[in-house]
Amino acid sequence: METSKPARRRDTEDHRREGLESKVEGFNERGRKAVRDRKLHDSISLFTNKTLTGRNAQLRAHPDAPELRERAYRTKQETMANLDYYLSQMADAIEERGGNVFFADDGEDVVRYVGDLARRRGAKILTKSKSMATEEIELNRRLEENYDDLELEIVETDLGEWIAQLAGETPSHIVGPILHMNKERITEILSGVSDEDLPPDVESLAAFARKRLREKFVNADIGITGANFGVAETGTICTVTNEGNARLVTSVPPVHVVVMGIEKVIPKFEDLSTFVQLLSRSGTGQKITVYTNFITGPRGEGELDGAEEFHLILMDNGRSKLLGTEYEEALYCIRCGSCLNVCPVYRQTGGHAYGSTYSGPIGAVITPLLKGDREAKDLPYASSLCGACTETCPVGIPLHDLLLKLRNRQVEEGLAGRAESLMFKGFERTMKSPAAYKAGAKVGRLAQKPLVKDGSIRGAPGMRGWTDFRELAPLAEKSFRELWKEGI
Amino acid sequence: MRAALFIPCYVDQINPEVGVSVVRVLRRLGVEVIYPQGQTCCGQPAFNSGFFDEAREIGRRFLDVFEGERFDYIVCPSGSCTTMVSHYYPFIFEDLPEERERSEVLAGRVREFSDFVVNVMGVRDFGVHREGKAVFHCGCHQRRELGVLEEPRELLSNVEGLDLLDWENEELCCGFGGMFSVKMPDVSTAMADEKIAALEKSGADTVISCDSSCLMHLGGRLRRTGHDTRVLHLAQILDSDGR
Repeated sequence: METSKPARRRDTEDHRREGLESKVEGFNERGRKAVRDRKLHDSISLFTNKTLTGRNAQLRAHPDAPELRERAYRTKQETMANLDYYLSQMADAIEERGGNVFFADDGEDVVRYVGDLARRRGAKILTKSKSMATEEIELNRRLEENYDDLELEIVETDLGEWIAQLAGETPSHIVGPILHMNKERITEILSGVSDEDLPPDVESLAAFARKRLREKFVNADIGITGANFGVAETGTICTVTNEGNARLVTSVPPVHVVVMGIEKVIPKFEDLSTFVQLLSRSGTGQKITVYTNFITGPRGEGELDGAEEFHLILMDNGRSKLLGTEYEEALYCIRCGSCLNVCPVYRQTGGHAYGSTYSGPIGAVITPLLKGDREAKDLPYASSLCGACTETCPVGIPLHDLLLKLRNRQVEEGLAGRAESLMFKGFERTMKSPAAYKAGAKVGRLAQKPLVKDGSIRGAPGMRGWTDFRELAPLAEKSFRELWKEGI
Repeated sequence: MRAALFIPCYVDQINPEVGVSVVRVLRRLGVEVIYPQGQTCCGQPAFNSGFFDEAREIGRRFLDVFEGERFDYIVCPSGSCTTMVSHYYPFIFEDLPEERERSEVLAGRVREFSDFVVNVMGVRDFGVHREGKAVFHCGCHQRRELGVLEEPRELLSNVEGLDLLDWENEELCCGFGGMFSVKMPDVSTAMADEKIAALEKSGADTVISCDSSCLMHLGGRLRRTGHDTRVLHLAQILDSDGR
């Protein structure tokens, strides 16, 4: 029955593990490469500028925007304080409607659950709609490897995710997975799985994708989605999309599996009015996305659509350990991606430089929180702390303050380099004593003498991080304090 | 009105002329200016790098030095260093009730230079003349933590002869970020280059800021890339001749 080519070309290199296997420590290295890539830069600017303009137009025009943000923050705060209650309420609601609920501690649990389900169902084709939770645990790769005897064909159906999958790449943005690619690159990738060379215009490419993905939609045995929100009181899963693929993934196959991070639960159905408004406006600059889906369990008696079997996997994967800590606010994130769009670092490097599933400011915060500081040493430092992220966050997460706390946590865990630790000990001693401070300045003035040329210091030892890129201004002949003493 | 100057360490040592202009401008407004001699640095480099213990030690000293003086306000020609005292001292002393209270008291009395001039002294027009086409770069702490964005713009817009231009994406960080500038120099410099591209497009010949640290980074990159754009602190502009 299935004659089309496999989802990923066999000769395509699999880059998916690169970011995850390499230490996130490589941010600087990857960032260096990224800032020299003009094509990447142009692609990022195109997406982020467009989304930001839309976001600003929508939220600034919204008279209740500050109230919405406040309400969202309070709702999340209250939810986290009673998370166990809301999760069990949600689980009860779903089970009452004939759905299955599984609490997964980690990615391994999720993979096993889905793999065993696929085996029991004799499934061959799994369609997926965009889900960062499954990216986080590398569900596709692990299913392919751990259940290789099932020869599963797992197909991403969000257009961007599908193209990333075909290219053997991970998404580089929470909302726009392939914003790092330009039209030419996309044409090349899609032509690679087509029988013919496709013309580089959006209509032809979209038509090709639609035709190819339809074959998968109608033949799928299991549909897998994430959840933008899960409502505790009703057990409703809400997905917010623009392509309609989530509808085909959830309504055509006989089985629907939802993989949802436990922090995505909200107490009441009416809370959706707050969160959906914020998510669509912040994420894509839309008042509301094209498709907003509400799914409550499997197909009920007398209902026309919905899956026969419904499974909700509530995934912890490191989240619950943040509850009640000073990092809890990181769990309030609704994955709108707006902190990435405004981040001047992200705008230069794109998402792959972060080497983690989640990039940008929120990625720099939650990656070390979920995976451990050692796994993400560079990320809290991948920020100028400008605060644009905090200003933009629709649920009020103090992102740049959390980055500061994470930097401090590394220092307290002894992860800072020895040289840096010694430097700041010396810095402290100097700054605690005006005499030492003045003496230090005096030494600096003497030391810089042979190095000053044309008003800049050249070749100062240990200063290449500055001097390789910019001119270094010398210490003034007389400090302000000296001028003050002499009389201003 | 008695103002205690808080002169950031890099202004003290690298750009003392900025401090001198601040003194002259404040005196012109009839402010009595004092300079507590025991001050050094607010500790921000350590704080931003995650060395909170070291920053606390330096912060305690800062509190001691300024608490020992009599003044109405502390005035600082840097949005960033002002923020360290007004926002981040209470942050790092959160769990230490005594220091937290002391820092909160001081936080209410420290003002960034343009904030002090406009909102405390009520002066919006200095009656000075200075030729040039300029853009204003607002440091990020000043913009977001302090919310002092319109004050410097208003002061500049009243400088006769000065053409204050708009520039693209003016709210973007310049890429300095303290230790970020040397820890991740490639990205930091790419950020500066984006600002410089916007600057070129604007046609300005001068960048003005309330933060000499941003200017050290932007100015250093401008010079390295062969630009002769001037970089000046707001106080230096207001310290121009009368019209």
